[in-house]
Amino acid sequence: MLTVAHLAKSYRSADVPVAVLRGVDLAVQAGESVALTGESGSGKSTLLHLIAGLDGADSGRITLGDVDITALDDPGRAALRRDRLGLVFQQFNLIPSLSVADNLAFQARIAGRHDPLWHDELVDRLGLGDLLKRYPEQLSGGQQQRVAIGRALAIKPTLLLADEPTGNLDEATADEVMHLARDLVARSGCGLLMVTHSARLAATLDRRVHLSSGRVS
Amino acid sequence: MQLATLLIGLIAATALWSGVQALNQQARTSYDRAASVFGGARTATLVGRDGPSFPQSLFVDVRRAGWPVSPLLEGRVQIGGKSLRVLGIDPVTLPVQSAGAPEIGRDGLQAFLTPPFETLVAPETLRDLGLRERDRPDIAGGLQLPPLRAQSQLLPGVLVVDIGIAQQVLNQPGQISRLLIGETKQRRASLDSIVGDRLRLVEPSSESDLERLTDSFHLNLTAFGLLSFVVGLFIVNSAIGLAFEQRLPMLRTMRACGVSARLLNGVLVFELVTIALVAGLVGLVCGYLIAAFLLPDVAASLRGLYGAQIPGQLTLQPQWWIAGIAISVGGALAAATTSLVKAARLPLLATAQPYAWQVAQQRLLRFQGLASLAVFAFAAAASWFGDSLAAGFAVLAAIMLGAALALPVVLGFVLKTGERVASRPLTSWFFADARLQLSGLSLALMALLLALAVNVGVGTMVSGFSKTFTGWLDGRLAAEIYLNAKDDPQAVAIAAWLTQHRKVDAILPSARTDVQIGGWPVEILGFADHATYRDRWPLLEQRAETWDRLRAGDAALISEQLSRRLKLGIGDRITVPTPSGAWSLEIVAIYADYGNPKGQLGVATDALLRHFPETPRTRLGLRVAPDRAPALVAEIQRTFGLDGRSVADQATVKAESLRIFNRTFAVTSALNAFTLGVAGVALLTSLLTLSHSRLPQLAPLGAIGITRRKLAVIELLKTMAVALITALLALPLGLLVAWCLIVVVNVKAFGWRLPFYVFPSQLIALLGVAMLAACLAALLPIVRLLRMQPAELVKVFANER
Ligand SMILES: Nc1ncnc2c1ncn2[C@@H]1O[C@H](COP(=O)(O)OP(=O)(O)O)[C@@H](O)[C@H]1O
Ligand SMILES: [Mg+2]
Repeated sequence: MLTVAHLAKSYRSADVPVAVLRGVDLAVQAGESVALTGESGSGKSTLLHLIAGLDGADSGRITLGDVDITALDDPGRAALRRDRLGLVFQQFNLIPSLSVADNLAFQARIAGRHDPLWHDELVDRLGLGDLLKRYPEQLSGGQQQRVAIGRALAIKPTLLLADEPTGNLDEATADEVMHLARDLVARSGCGLLMVTHSARLAATLDRRVHLSSGRVS
Repeated sequence: MQLATLLIGLIAATALWSGVQALNQQARTSYDRAASVFGGARTATLVGRDGPSFPQSLFVDVRRAGWPVSPLLEGRVQIGGKSLRVLGIDPVTLPVQSAGAPEIGRDGLQAFLTPPFETLVAPETLRDLGLRERDRPDIAGGLQLPPLRAQSQLLPGVLVVDIGIAQQVLNQPGQISRLLIGETKQRRASLDSIVGDRLRLVEPSSESDLERLTDSFHLNLTAFGLLSFVVGLFIVNSAIGLAFEQRLPMLRTMRACGVSARLLNGVLVFELVTIALVAGLVGLVCGYLIAAFLLPDVAASLRGLYGAQIPGQLTLQPQWWIAGIAISVGGALAAATTSLVKAARLPLLATAQPYAWQVAQQRLLRFQGLASLAVFAFAAAASWFGDSLAAGFAVLAAIMLGAALALPVVLGFVLKTGERVASRPLTSWFFADARLQLSGLSLALMALLLALAVNVGVGTMVSGFSKTFTGWLDGRLAAEIYLNAKDDPQAVAIAAWLTQHRKVDAILPSARTDVQIGGWPVEILGFADHATYRDRWPLLEQRAETWDRLRAGDAALISEQLSRRLKLGIGDRITVPTPSGAWSLEIVAIYADYGNPKGQLGVATDALLRHFPETPRTRLGLRVAPDRAPALVAEIQRTFGLDGRSVADQATVKAESLRIFNRTFAVTSALNAFTLGVAGVALLTSLLTLSHSRLPQLAPLGAIGITRRKLAVIELLKTMAVALITALLALPLGLLVAWCLIVVVNVKAFGWRLPFYVFPSQLIALLGVAMLAACLAALLPIVRLLRMQPAELVKVFANER
């Protein structure tokens, strides 16, 4: 479903191009969960951002289903993110001015696919029932990440991209959040590509790929 | 960025404040010069009991009797069509303490007292006349003045010559206007024993007439300066607050490392004072430029309104510089108090994020709402109980402060309502996010509100004024031609000539004389008994048969300002001092006399001349078909050798009056524009500072799939929306301010009240300007957002912080 082929990306730092990704090849099947590991600074976030169309690649191809993401323009990528991708980051996932309830439903509603039943199920499974009226600032880190996952899954995405979603959480909370996420991913049948440092968490997913020197092994 | 904002705020605040102060100081210095120059109000003098001058022999008598007096002759001459005041002095006997007297050194004395003599003149006047030093200007009667010499301490418009020369050029041989009295330790013989009752002692007054009359004008300027200063401080406060928020983590780390709170605060204060000093200096330079830019208009309106001569060159005193720096430092510290108090109380272990802004914001809003209610209550009380100009300004200040405090509450309420009503998720986010931004923007929006309200207020007042004023001028300048003959015989001759040749429909002989009533200068105006006045004179209130009562000679019309000042109404009696004793008049009508700093009484010309027989009978008003007026003016000028200032047609006089009034308000409009500009800068700087912390708020929306262009448009709309609400609130507030200016401040300051008009087109134009300013201010951060590399936006999500 997701295929990444010969993807390359370099950043200019102090006017010297620094190659971060040098030909990444990767595939994620529908319903499959893949852990992406690698040292800090190896380019994991960069890869995720390219797949999400948040930034443009230098060369190579990314296709999601039948759509060539690398060929889309900015509005096209935005529309793709809105309709088919769920994104969860380590932080700054939520819109601070909106309540939990509004945050949860936000993407689904602007994508025009708000499904009240699925929404209620998410609220229920994520245990957010008592928190709906609160604002992101008034939540703990674990609660915030649960809302973020709920928000991402509310549109029933084709692919869920997560960049160290549990990086800020303690082990027990991280386990609880991951357990929920895996369950819900399985329920909605979407693919999952998750960056993590933790070998323990990586082991709970279907497959594990390692990024080093700008390539996947 | 914060530094730039801080500097801009401080510089703007200091510049506007010190600019206005420079103008005031300049004017005051010149009043002082006027008051002290050769026996103005600052010196005790002896004057003739009756008539403007007395024989020189009296001087000799008084001087012999041991009084340290010095003679002075005053009059006017014309040079190149300009009328100048001539002062003839005797430098040998001139009292030393006659401050402001030009120093005539020993060499100078020689030149001044011996042929070809000298005429001392202010450099500004020299320039005005287009003459150079050593020139010998021609005056009427084929005479010449002695060679001119520039003397910088002299008041503009004054020519100083030896008294002997003055007696020649003024054609008053052996005459003196006043005797200046020097100080002496000897006991002086009583005046009566020397000269009988022919001379009268005039004690010095500490406050000159000019100072008293122009007080209100300067108060207005000061109020504007203060307002600009407050608007500038709004910027400073928001800049310091934001800079402080951003440094919180650092401060906390330093406290955790064992740095004492006192040391930390000391460092912060030191830093702030340094910045304030730099900004203060730059602000002073800008203030100087502003003052220099405005001075010509201020000088012109002071000249037009009060006849005060202000030199066109700025001279500044050291106090001005010191005060400017002090106000910059003081303002910065005042604006920083909240932040500094916070820094001192900073808890060591605080949650990483400002916990629950919603709750904190609600509490702040509630507090502001209550405070604004309290301030409004104060305004109401002040307007109810207060009766002075200061109270008027207090009401104005309280209304504006209250409105500023209420603004975030109102905005918060409107946005919350919008959020509730909105059904689409983006729309509801639009309102929610605008509300979130409010805390960062509210100070800038308050500044915008105040600047707009003042603009509306002053604009409404000024437009109302010109509307009223033109109509009033029409009634006031009823005759088509105004004529002031050289002397009584010429006036008689002109009248005879006009009657003989049937040139005019009517001749309205008029007269005017000056008296003092209740300590205020009052002009008494003589009315001819003619339908012209009955039909057109702008009466505000009158009793039946006003004009018949006037003709009888025991009744008077009173100008609005005099009636307010003396608290006299229709039916009351007023007593006028005349050479032959008190003259009691019944007030039968009140008329509008806009812009006249002096009081005025209108009586029948005959009665006036009966009670003041010395009054020149040189003034004539002529009724004639308007299209024939210019030709007749030219003919009279030719036939009787009068110049354009002695005979003028109505249109010319009207144009001149309008010009003076327009210039009066030019200063206010310029200051207005400055304030609005400062508010625009405040908005821009706030938006720029906010735009940094905006990224984490906007990034999630980008990740969710909203294009950057759409985000940018929404951001723009959001700023425009809050600015629009603010501007809409500013309109009624501005009208309230205008009402306050017209009904309270103007009445107290000038003594007259204008009708209150609203000018919708003006309001709409101002609304447009405000929206344009908001749009421009919002554009820069948005362009930055649009041009930002995607990688930079995405960086927010990268894990390493
Ligand atoms: N916007 C950027 N500009 C320049 N260099 C960047 C930018 N984003 C990331 N990098 C660099 O690219 C490399 C990979 O970063 P990243 O993908 O965040 O690594 P990871 O997520 O694996 O820790 C790092 O060396 C980082 O410094
Ligand atoms: Mg990363």
